[in-house]
Amino acid sequence: MEEILNSKQINNEIEKLANEILEKNDDIENLAIIGIQTKGVNVAKRLSKKIESIKNLKKEIPFGILDITLYRDDLQEAGADIPTIKDTNIPFDVSNKNIILVDDVLYTGRTIRSALDVLKDFGRPKCIKLAVLVDRGYRELPIQPDYVGLIHHTKNRICVSLDDEISDTDRVYVETTR
Amino acid sequence: MSFNRKDLLGLEHLDRKEIQTIIDSAKPFKDMFTRSIKKAPALVGKTVVNLFYEPSTRTRTSFEVASKRLSADVVSIATATSSVVKGESLVDTAKTLEAMKADIIIIRHTLAGTPELLAKNLNASIINAGDGFHEHPTQGLLDLFTMFEKKKKIEGLKVLLVGDILHSRVAKSNIWALTKFGAKVRVVGPPTLIPGKISELGVEVFYNLDEAIKDVDVVNILRIQMERQQENLFPSIHEYVELYQVTKERLAKAKPDVLVMHPGPMNRGIEIDSEVADSPSAVINEQVTNGIAVRMAVLHLLALARNKGKK
Amino acid sequence: MLIQIKDIKIIDPSANINKTGDIFIEDGKIVEKLSKPADKVIDGKGKIAVPGLIDVHSHLREPGQEEKETIKTGTMSAAKGGITTVFCMPNTKPVTDNAPSVEYILMKAQKEGKVNVFPIGCITKGSQGKELAEIGILKKAGIVAVSDDGVPVANSQIMRRALEYTKMFNLAVISHCEDKELSRNGVMNAGKNSMIFGLRGIPNQSEEIMVSRDIMLCELTGGKLHIAHVSTAGSVELVRQAKKKGLNVTCETCPHYFTLTDDYVQNYDTNFKMNPPLRTLKDVDAIKEGLKDGTIDCIATDHAPHTQEEKCREFDSAPFGIIGFETLLSLTLNELVDKKVLSLEDAIAKMTVNPARIFSLANRGSLKVGSVADITIIDLNHKYELKKEDILSKSKNSPFIGRKFKGCAVMTIVGGKIVWTLKDGIIN
Repeated sequence: MEEILNSKQINNEIEKLANEILEKNDDIENLAIIGIQTKGVNVAKRLSKKIESIKNLKKEIPFGILDITLYRDDLQEAGADIPTIKDTNIPFDVSNKNIILVDDVLYTGRTIRSALDVLKDFGRPKCIKLAVLVDRGYRELPIQPDYVGLIHHTKNRICVSLDDEISDTDRVYVETTR
Repeated sequence: MSFNRKDLLGLEHLDRKEIQTIIDSAKPFKDMFTRSIKKAPALVGKTVVNLFYEPSTRTRTSFEVASKRLSADVVSIATATSSVVKGESLVDTAKTLEAMKADIIIIRHTLAGTPELLAKNLNASIINAGDGFHEHPTQGLLDLFTMFEKKKKIEGLKVLLVGDILHSRVAKSNIWALTKFGAKVRVVGPPTLIPGKISELGVEVFYNLDEAIKDVDVVNILRIQMERQQENLFPSIHEYVELYQVTKERLAKAKPDVLVMHPGPMNRGIEIDSEVADSPSAVINEQVTNGIAVRMAVLHLLALARNKGKK
Repeated sequence: MLIQIKDIKIIDPSANINKTGDIFIEDGKIVEKLSKPADKVIDGKGKIAVPGLIDVHSHLREPGQEEKETIKTGTMSAAKGGITTVFCMPNTKPVTDNAPSVEYILMKAQKEGKVNVFPIGCITKGSQGKELAEIGILKKAGIVAVSDDGVPVANSQIMRRALEYTKMFNLAVISHCEDKELSRNGVMNAGKNSMIFGLRGIPNQSEEIMVSRDIMLCELTGGKLHIAHVSTAGSVELVRQAKKKGLNVTCETCPHYFTLTDDYVQNYDTNFKMNPPLRTLKDVDAIKEGLKDGTIDCIATDHAPHTQEEKCREFDSAPFGIIGFETLLSLTLNELVDKKVLSLEDAIAKMTVNPARIFSLANRGSLKVGSVADITIIDLNHKYELKKEDILSKSKNSPFIGRKFKGCAVMTIVGGKIVWTLKDGIIN
């Protein structure tokens, strides 16, 4: 395995993403962040805290998590293991919000497509933008990130290992064997 | 997660882990009901057939809603039992449905073993929605789900089933599920409505409701069928009410946080006093909501197991 | 045809014979020795010859339900099972309550039958349980017993009259013992399993109440009572006590009652649905004990063919009954003889000399000189698996399909004529 981001670099990437988001969103009131289960959730949490600290916000940015299991398009594929349905919790009205959808790694784009379907069932946001920590390339759908940390094209799996709180053991690495 | 079955025919042969899997996966479905759009595309393109040979509004509607919320195409066929006798055999009817590429067939029938008969003859997944006096697994699951939700754990819980145990598939499925999870199950009713061998399933038998209800955590009241009186199983409804109606006074003998459940439809003023049915202890309407979530979980798990089985 | 069976082990319970020797057949009879050289010599080495098996309880369905079985297919099936004589129950369509019906069956059997067919007549007109049938005329036409099998005589007075009236003909009354009110809507044994499977039960007592009643009526009348298909421990005990008292009571059981229990109903397989139903292990053990101590006289099949369409239904809606000709001998050998419940001689007696004695069949059930040459040749070591496609009965409703057996008939001789061999099948 090959490490591509260490704890410090991860923090830098998140800070970069936070700044870019703030640059393009004056309307901070309507901003909301949603992390995709499971690895996108911690990235989203870090990002949300970073924005709050940069802007010194008193109020927390509306935060949600969503699970795409029931919206996946690969359940028909034979051999798929029985997936666990994880929590979806969006405790605010998404209508007219500027949603930042957050995932750890962007690859084929299918997860994002499913996540868009989930969001659609919660209402009609004003806009949805995509932020990812790593772009792995090899898209299968016409989906591109609006905010991206590291670009690292690879056919091997990229693993994002983040603790719930910022920690020295945080890292992102490429699995060399399958 | 462990669930790898083609059909759901009963709870007798499911193990605790499998039941737990269904219960656990029902939770996120229930959460979905709070959304403005209570629907997910998990079963898009799947055909679900409700084949009902016995009148039922509740269960049929519940399965229909569950299927629709998973975006399946759902067809409901309500057939009078007599038409089976006259014309096409059950297996032929079901084979016709399979030829129309039904993926899941939900069957309710007056005769025990009919889901098994279909399961043996068809490739479609079969869900038993109640067969004669045999089992009603999704009702057992939704009752268990409701108890889990309210009581957090089942082990050690004292659960009382009241009424016609002999003819009750709901009682049977409840007993299988609850005993697997370590609940202490009691049954109460006249000896004519309690099978002689029921204690061999690990339940405690009572004939006196006032004694049976003492200190229980859950009272699950079964519907009494009026026609049982004609079979001389009890002398009159009047006497049944006298001996077995769950009243406020009787309920006071149970634990203070007792749950009152009923699979519906209720005969108010017969097996259950109206005041009890409307009391804060009653979770009867929540059972209906939970029923949809549990049935979604069952449909989803079976559909997944089908896909898995294809390779 | 003159036949010599050479060097065969001869087991003939009617004469207490168990020795190796030759059997000679001339003019359809067993003879001391042949008058001319044999036309056919059969090598009997390693095989056993027994009197042709007699099955006192079967349903051949003809006339009226030829889609299930005919006299032709039924007797082919019997021949394959080593059975040389079958009694057929009168619940045909129309029922056998009149002389022409008896004559029809005998005529058909003469023309198309492979083994001897002995009709049983009705006890009551139309098996309605109301008026006695013309039993004297039926006897003249050729019946060997009377029975309202399937529709038991509910009225005690009628049953009493039947037991009294038949005395003058020395005919046995075969009683299907069932209290229909107690068994109403029942489809399997009443007990833990019926509760779990959600099926209505038939309690043991539904059989035993009628066994008691009929034994009492037998005592009252001195008539000849034969209890059909005993299935419960209680019935065995009732018959045992009746025999101790010296009453004129005999009875039969069927292979499924000493082989299977109601556990087998668990998959709602309708080939495990019969009346009386499969009971519990306790009953199976009592049946075996009854066979051992002689309480149970005969082993019969209750061969009850039903079409695939009728059996491929809901358990409640499917008809009662299973076929049994082709498994009678193998089940008796494997479940009773191999498991040391009965000696081979005693097991054979229950299918030969005992039925011949109870139903007064002259010169049958025996290999004595002068007897009709009905002979079954058995290979105790032949192993096989019962396959659906090998069944000769028109119906295939056997719970034993797929079961492995050791020992079966290899040749069936009826009236001195070889009608079936394992090698060549039915001989025309």
